[in-house]
Amino acid sequence: MFETTTLNEQNRTVEKLWRTLLLVMTLLLILPVLVILAVLVYKGGPVLSLDFLLTEPTNGMTAGGILPALIGTVWLVSVALLASVPIGVAAALYLSEYAPENWLTRALNLAIINLAGVPSIVHALFGVGAFVLFFRFGTSILAASLTLAVMTLPVVIVATKESLQAVPQAFREACWNMGATRWQTIRKIVLPNSISGILTGVILEVSRTAGETAPIMFTGAAFFLPFLPQGVFDQTMAMSLHLFVVSTQVPDVPEALPYGVALVLIAMVLAMNATSIAFRTYLRGRKKW
Amino acid sequence: MVEPAAEGKPRAKVEVRDLTIRYGAKAALANASFEIRENEIFGIVGPAGSGKTSFLRVLNRMDQFVPEMETEGQVLIDGNDIDRWRNLYALRRRIGVVFPLPVGLPLSVYDNVALSPRLSGVRKKVDLDVIVERCLTRAALWDEVKDRLDSLGSLLSGGQQQRLTIARALSQDPDLLLLDEFSIAVDPVTTMRIEDVLKDLRDEMTIVLVTNLVQQAARLADRTAFFLTGELVEVGETEALFGGKSEDERTRGYLAGRFG
Ligand SMILES: Nc1ncnc2c1ncn2[C@@H]1O[C@H](COP(=O)(O)OP(=O)(O)O)[C@@H](O)[C@H]1O
Ligand SMILES: [Mg+2]
Repeated sequence: MFETTTLNEQNRTVEKLWRTLLLVMTLLLILPVLVILAVLVYKGGPVLSLDFLLTEPTNGMTAGGILPALIGTVWLVSVALLASVPIGVAAALYLSEYAPENWLTRALNLAIINLAGVPSIVHALFGVGAFVLFFRFGTSILAASLTLAVMTLPVVIVATKESLQAVPQAFREACWNMGATRWQTIRKIVLPNSISGILTGVILEVSRTAGETAPIMFTGAAFFLPFLPQGVFDQTMAMSLHLFVVSTQVPDVPEALPYGVALVLIAMVLAMNATSIAFRTYLRGRKKW
Repeated sequence: MVEPAAEGKPRAKVEVRDLTIRYGAKAALANASFEIRENEIFGIVGPAGSGKTSFLRVLNRMDQFVPEMETEGQVLIDGNDIDRWRNLYALRRRIGVVFPLPVGLPLSVYDNVALSPRLSGVRKKVDLDVIVERCLTRAALWDEVKDRLDSLGSLLSGGQQQRLTIARALSQDPDLLLLDEFSIAVDPVTTMRIEDVLKDLRDEMTIVLVTNLVQQAARLADRTAFFLTGELVEVGETEALFGGKSEDERTRGYLAGRFG
């Protein structure tokens, strides 16, 4: 009797120790993020204003606002989404719902996982070769967005496959047993129960590209353009490149300016993430099985 | 039991000729030959792993979805070889299937039952209403769900979901109904209600009842087959089989509950 009690006491102490240790590790993990945010808010906060968001850079980009870069990033991410969602979802549907279990499928899956590890500068070179030169899109939003799309496709496919595979296999079997074709099953059961997860996952992945610089630098993003893009064949400024430029390429920039740009960029990405996470939480709440 | 006279001999709904089912090198069913007659409840009993589920899968050609599954021999439904069937979807639509664990699709109760008619082209709301009410009524579920047809089918209780599955199978207007251990996740009261439903359905369709409950086969089946680790040990009139008159020691042992 007494022996078991001491053992229990011991277990409890060990348990407490582990819990504390893991908590500390977790806090350490989010510490850098908090510090970054704090520094950005502290140093960049003062330049923020409605004018900063809504006017163009002036004085050789040492003053004024960031409107063209802001709008440009919205363009780049939106067009990238338009390109990668249909293609990524189609590929994931094929791999998850149709592909037979054979070496080709395994090779495809492996290729996709490995493509996710290709450095973005390599994608940039591919983008120049394929979209700027071969397809003759020139340096344009289209070329830059397609480069971003190609770069995110692997993660989009993986995220989509995960959403699809979260739909229980028993549902598919029940439909097939009823004489439904694979496509009917996808349309009636699989997609309605995964499309929202797919979209949130995809938005999350693609919104990350708002911060990418290398892939757009040679394909469509410009140093400085005093006007807003009118269409996908225009060049554009972008937040990420603008941040790079004002931090390292332009002399006599006030110290607060790059921090202000960085703060807006982070806020954009976080806002997109938050929307998509809120959406996901909402959908989890009404999960149907 | 006296064999029925030749001219009154019941028509075979399903003829199984030398059927062997393999997963890789392993046979799940070997050289089985028997027939399932029109409008009978045909029971299949046997311990787990005997090949019962595999046999049902072959009947509606769901083996197509299991790459490692191979079949030899012939299965004829209404005299037609199912391997030669051109439109497998049409074949499956004639065959209702009920699984061990109820699968309420993540749709409303109404849409669960209306799905199959919709897939085969019924569009008008009035027609669908009639089908849904009729199928739910025949599955002994209508009274419990008629006020909540719009709520999710997957949120019904286990017993209700199993009846929903039966209603869904009936919505295909099948002439062959396959049940695979339907009572495994269902309470005894619901089980008895479903058994009553099956007795009524026998007039309109042929029913293959795979069951883990030997007594269920005794209560419902006109004839029963005993599968044992891939071997069809015996097929016969249920009464004869259960009357302890079986020739086979293993059948007598299993039915008496000595193993299984
Ligand atoms: N997908 C599969 N792959 C390999 N073996 C399987 C598969 N499904 C069933 N089997 C094997 O086939 C045999 C018969 O299984 P099953 O038809 O499910 O029997 P029962 O329904 O009578 O329990 C078992 O030995 C089982 O392990
Ligand atoms: Mg089974």
